[in-house]
Amino acid sequence: MKRDVNSEIAFTHILSRKKQTLVASLGVTVGITAFVFLNSLILGFNRFFDDQIFRSMPHMRIYKDDEISKSLVSKKDSSTLPVVVNPKFLNKTKNLINPQLLVNEMNHQPDVVAAAQWVSVNLFYTSGKTQMNGIASGANIKEADAMFDITSTMVEGKAHNLESVTNGILIGVGIAEKLNLRLNDNLTVISSIGASKVMKVVGIFKTSNSISDKTKSYMNLSAAQQLLREGPSYVTDIYINVKDPDKVAQYKPFFEKLSGYKVEEWKEANETFVAASKTRSVMMRSISGAILLVAAFGIYNILNMTIMQKLNDIAILKATGFSGKDVIKIFVSEALIMGTFGTLIGLTLATLLVNLVSHVYVGGDIGFFPIRFEPSIMGLGAFVGILVTTAAGFIPARNAAKVDPVEIFRK
Amino acid sequence: MRDTLVLQTNKIGKYFYDPVKFKVLDNISFDVKHGEFLTLVGKSGCGKSTLLYILSTMDTEYEGELIIDGESLTNKKTDRLAQVRNEKIGFVFQFHYLLPEFSCLKNVMIPALKLGKYSYKEIEHRAYQKLEILGIKDEALKPASKLSGGQQQRVAIARALVNDPKIIMGDEPTGNLDSKNTQIVFEIFKQLTQEHDQTIIAVTHDNDFAKASDRTIEMMDGKIINLNKQWD
Repeated sequence: MKRDVNSEIAFTHILSRKKQTLVASLGVTVGITAFVFLNSLILGFNRFFDDQIFRSMPHMRIYKDDEISKSLVSKKDSSTLPVVVNPKFLNKTKNLINPQLLVNEMNHQPDVVAAAQWVSVNLFYTSGKTQMNGIASGANIKEADAMFDITSTMVEGKAHNLESVTNGILIGVGIAEKLNLRLNDNLTVISSIGASKVMKVVGIFKTSNSISDKTKSYMNLSAAQQLLREGPSYVTDIYINVKDPDKVAQYKPFFEKLSGYKVEEWKEANETFVAASKTRSVMMRSISGAILLVAAFGIYNILNMTIMQKLNDIAILKATGFSGKDVIKIFVSEALIMGTFGTLIGLTLATLLVNLVSHVYVGGDIGFFPIRFEPSIMGLGAFVGILVTTAAGFIPARNAAKVDPVEIFRK
Repeated sequence: MRDTLVLQTNKIGKYFYDPVKFKVLDNISFDVKHGEFLTLVGKSGCGKSTLLYILSTMDTEYEGELIIDGESLTNKKTDRLAQVRNEKIGFVFQFHYLLPEFSCLKNVMIPALKLGKYSYKEIEHRAYQKLEILGIKDEALKPASKLSGGQQQRVAIARALVNDPKIIMGDEPTGNLDSKNTQIVFEIFKQLTQEHDQTIIAVTHDNDFAKASDRTIEMMDGKIINLNKQWD
């Protein structure tokens, strides 16, 4: 094996200054630990809040948008007059035409994970004289469960009970408490257009959102259609979940074209949330970047000092035939060794830390602390760590390469 | 081989600019033959060390031309000059200048590892050989900083020899040594020129050392005043 003399010199330098090396590496360790930890935190937070949103909202919603009549018809030629009318809504119904076909079509798209027909009904839950207003979602429970994982929120009964009980209803705990309802109790609901129906409570759910627990219920599609006094083909929305919810903006035009209806994606519906999560990311990234920068300065400093102390050695190396490039290689290798060492420890430490924090129970809706560990963050951490330290090493190394041996020998 | 030239200078001149413009070397032209033991003498400040640094290719700011082993090295790229130094020139300095973190053996090996002509094992073997010639094989594995001055100087000579250079240059190679070590170094130099056909160019203040060499060039105020000083 032919050993590379430059890296051999770099190793010897490093081993003869263990303490300095350790201090410089520890700087990198702290930087990388913070970088990976904060990035895991961002990822965990964002995933957690995304999950919260997707509990009650699909990635995309297809619906019939309101159309408004033109208020001005301009004149066509000299023989006609312009017409001015009051603008009016033109649609008589929000019904989507042939929803079953649309859902089948959507399910055939490769990026679609789940599609569901949906009818929302504004209604009152009544029990004797007590009334509560709320919104019922009429849906095929299989499709709805696949989309929102209703089963995981059930505290009593089962979501799939709806399949066998046509007038069954799943209600939130808030409603159950206020109206003093238990499983298998009857509940009268009155829709906003005055249709009333006696439903049977087949399940009670508890989500992390107390408002939706006090207002929301699920029923069969047919029951919702009856409450709106509509036929079995009446469907107002189609909910769609795709593989990557971050790419909805790309899918949107395609689905609009495919369905011929308006498509609303979750980011449009939650602009505040998206902006908040962006702000959070920028904040954390700048903090971790600043810490890394400090670590880089540590490496820069120590290497600069080393080079000052080693002017003599550099002069000898140059006198014996080492070129400026060799000198750069030697000192960049030293930075690289310190950086790699520090990065490796940093990654290990970050793994332990993320693991530790992910086992902290916060309680409430959150449960365990929302931090996520991902190999891609580790990869990024390793890449950034090594890149930054090498760059920090390059500047002093270049100065070392410029050392003029004659000047040193003359002294 | 004896009569061919290994180094030529052609009208070399050099200025210092700090603090004022000042001509340190003026019209230096001389030839050096293979196997010659040449010494440069002259008073302090006459420019002999400056000349040596130009000959060594480390100083590139000069006028005129420098030819080593048939190759003109004036205005060559620094990488090429580094290569030439590595392959053809060995250095011995007044203050030994070893790398303190490395063992004596490593110090000797480094220029050869850089040259990369032989395998690691062979280089190690050659380094041991050179240390043996200089009588310090037993100290090979000690750190360079643990040796006495005379021993360090001999390690530095071994390092200068490891690539079998055409020319060995010394800047006061015995300036820091006692008379016994001076004698040892002198004998080694003599042997190298006679038995291995290597060329020595040494700057010295030591007249006895210069007298015993093959030829002495005397300088004064940046000029050569005697190309072959005759000692009386």
